[in-house]
Amino acid sequence: MMPVATAFFFYLLAGIAVISALICVTKINPVHSALALIVTLLASAGLYLMLYAPFMAGVQIVLYAGGILVMFLFVMMLVNIEQLYTEKMLNRQWLLGLAAAAGLGYFFVRAILRGAGTLPKVLPNLPEGSNTQELGILLYQNYMFAFEVASLLLLVAIVGAVVMAKRRV
Amino acid sequence: MLAIAPVHYLVLAAILFVIGMVGVLTRRNVVIILMSIELMLNAANLNLVAFSRMYGLHGQAFSVFVVADAAAEAAVGLGILIAFFRNRETVNMDEVDLLKW
Repeated sequence: MMPVATAFFFYLLAGIAVISALICVTKINPVHSALALIVTLLASAGLYLMLYAPFMAGVQIVLYAGGILVMFLFVMMLVNIEQLYTEKMLNRQWLLGLAAAAGLGYFFVRAILRGAGTLPKVLPNLPEGSNTQELGILLYQNYMFAFEVASLLLLVAIVGAVVMAKRRV
Repeated sequence: MLAIAPVHYLVLAAILFVIGMVGVLTRRNVVIILMSIELMLNAANLNLVAFSRMYGLHGQAFSVFVVADAAAEAAVGLGILIAFFRNRETVNMDEVDLLKW
């Protein structure tokens, strides 16, 4: 199915993503930041849908916005929020950090502008109906070993998180 | 309006990555630094999916691994944060200075 009004939806979702990312980085209250980050992640799920990646969009909503951010919100119950309002928001080297980020952004822009001519003009036709099926075949055949290693990584992360958060080991 | 090419997605991902990097490098609160890292991983994911629009499905397979990695990183990072908060009663990054001299 051909998407309709692609430019409008792209700029809408991109604007939402960038503005809420800025809110996420600049708010002093981490709960507000987490809510803004959820909006960014949902907007990028919409962008995945526009790029013919419905499986990734679903993973983004279920796992990122639904799983990881809930974990963040749980941990924020430990943080004393009233105390955060009275102390400084930025660290001492924030000016240097801003300069480093601006330099990285400059290199990104240079790289994208120089490389834009080499990108293919004709886009392949990706069927979105069989996207999940083809991705599953790819994950369980071509990337079988990497998939198993990723499951091992998640197991180690679970054990590590429990060990570190426990009061007594 | 112009037609949307994958280059537009790459520019958007670069912007989101730089915003996340600003958060990592300038904020003191560890929770917000971890969220900025998630933002950077999400920008990398957007890049991978945009490239998979041009070159086939392999980029999406890699972005599945990036999401799994982000989940593992968040779990371990928040576990470290809980252990640290129990010992020092703070969540500020620049007060984590036991190994500094």
